[in-house]
Amino acid sequence: MLTAVTVLTGLSLALAAVLIATERLVPERGDDAVERIERLLPRIQCAQCGYPGCRPYAEAIWNGDAEINRCPPGGESTIRALADLLGREPRPLDTSLGQASMDRVARVDESLCIGCNLCSRACPVDAIVGLPHRMHTVLTRLCTGCELCVPPCPVDCIELVPRHG
Amino acid sequence: MVDVTLERYLTGGIRLLANKTASTEEPILRDIVPPQLVIALHQHGGASAIPIVKVGQDVAKGEPIAIPESPPSAGVHASSSGRVRAIETRLIPTGKRLRESLCIVLDTDGEDRPFDPGPAGAWPQGREARLERVRSAGIAGLGGAAFPTATKLERVAGRCKTLIVNGAECEPYISCDDMLMREAPAEIVSGALEMADLVGAPLCIIAIERDKPRALHAIRDAAITAADPRLKVCEIPTVYPAGGERQLIELLTGDEVPSGAFPYAIGYVCQNVGTAYALHRLATRGEPVTSRIVTVTGGGVDRPRNVEAPIGTPIGYLVERCGGYRDDVVRLIHGGSMMGYTLPSDDIPITKATSCIIAATSGEIRQSYEEWACIRCGDCATACPARLQPQELLVAATARDFDALESLGLDDCIECGCCDVVCPSHIVLTDRFRHAKRLYAEHARRLALSAEAELRHKRREQRLRLSEEGSRAAQEALKAKLRADNEARRKAIAAAVERARQRKRRDVQP
Repeated sequence: MLTAVTVLTGLSLALAAVLIATERLVPERGDDAVERIERLLPRIQCAQCGYPGCRPYAEAIWNGDAEINRCPPGGESTIRALADLLGREPRPLDTSLGQASMDRVARVDESLCIGCNLCSRACPVDAIVGLPHRMHTVLTRLCTGCELCVPPCPVDCIELVPRHG
Repeated sequence: MVDVTLERYLTGGIRLLANKTASTEEPILRDIVPPQLVIALHQHGGASAIPIVKVGQDVAKGEPIAIPESPPSAGVHASSSGRVRAIETRLIPTGKRLRESLCIVLDTDGEDRPFDPGPAGAWPQGREARLERVRSAGIAGLGGAAFPTATKLERVAGRCKTLIVNGAECEPYISCDDMLMREAPAEIVSGALEMADLVGAPLCIIAIERDKPRALHAIRDAAITAADPRLKVCEIPTVYPAGGERQLIELLTGDEVPSGAFPYAIGYVCQNVGTAYALHRLATRGEPVTSRIVTVTGGGVDRPRNVEAPIGTPIGYLVERCGGYRDDVVRLIHGGSMMGYTLPSDDIPITKATSCIIAATSGEIRQSYEEWACIRCGDCATACPARLQPQELLVAATARDFDALESLGLDDCIECGCCDVVCPSHIVLTDRFRHAKRLYAEHARRLALSAEAELRHKRREQRLRLSEEGSRAAQEALKAKLRADNEARRKAIAAAVERARQRKRRDVQP
């Protein structure tokens, strides 16, 4: 009886020691975790979360600096997926951030465009083309609806329209 | 040998009341010309055809009014002679749902004056030229999917083991193929052999369900007369959905079309008997598709029968020619009783995908029961001809679990509706699966957009970094050059000053 208790206690203590040592000595690979978080984001780089892109936001989530409800284009499904991955409580989307949605695309009003080139410089996915002083246009298939081209336009000729029709 | 005995049986499937006899008592009603035709430009699978007529233009029957866009697509022709009244967007029926399409509205003149294509109408020599002719003549799968036939034949050409001509017509109420086989068996056989030539098939099986003895006899006789060694006529059991493309191939050959692939991948091609008939008409008489056989039936129509209807005939006119509505009609259905859908009105025109119009009475439509919880009896899995697990799919569809939907094979669901019929809890599974397919397509589209956005963003970052590095390097080079230039100039000035000083010294000394 005493032998059994001693052996089992000793064994469990030894295993616990090994586990604790492993956790201390082997650092968790933050890169992998950030990568996995980034995979769950829409990766359209709209920056509406307040971070300059999806990767920085993923890093902020991993470091515990940011809530998981700051991604408007990802919406509820992204929040749910992030909550599952990180074991955090899902919470409603922070609606104060913006309404970027992958269901919409930007459209340039061609009669107003002055060819200033500012929108195409703002586009994170190179979906706006045009020569300086010539009309610019949006490549609808590639546009993610991130709205980043809207504020730089000096003549307000860009609007977001539904993707289909 | 003209006949084959079948020893296999369909996986899953159900037996249904056929309800076909009402519409097979009278011969096909031919030569009808409605006062107005609404001819859809996007009635085939693939891209919409491009209109080539103007409003106010006079056209003859069979004259091309729209030409095919890049394949898969098919041409569209005037179904009767008359004048183009308008080119506008209308609601049209396709195989699975209603959609909006550009349509050419034609006021007919009642003369049905045929178009003379001249030498261009002759059946050309060579496979490529003939397939091109099939495309421009607007031949599309007349079984109900209306996929452009030329594209389907092209994909299998050269590697076709067996051409299957589908006369199964397993869905209740529909009898257009049955009547066509009774009335034009020789033409169907000739069209089938022409198709076999086009794809180089060594074997051509015409498959007909056992409940159509007259069609079976007619086709058998025609096949004996044709006396072609490639030709076989096969009687298949009456089970729904034995006429589904994948089901029919498996039933006849034992080969299963792989998930996500098309029959041509394993060397088979299925064509409806109506399509074979259309090909015969094109090859022998140069006629494009301007009409199709439509079954007008159901308890709500006075004289149910089959009609050879010009493409674009309003459904209301068709019903009128079949004696009109009875008082107890409650619903109008496009397609058969299993896979068809309800039409909002009868001014919708028929397309090449319209095989059947049912004017249903309240006794003919499915009662709407209260749905109960799934009791996991597994009857739906037994009935499923695609060997899926509908009860599992239901759970995944409700949870919108796209990974599960994919691994359970949602994409292989043919939406036949067998699971709905057998479900003891009255769960409407097929509608859920249709909805889930749409959501899944949306989900896949988003994933693709995300992946592409990420890639382009990375490339852009890289490019900007490179150009920044490049410009920094250029600036450094410029600075170095300026510095070197300055240095050289300074040296030159110093040298000049030195020379001047020496000269001054020389001037002073003497």
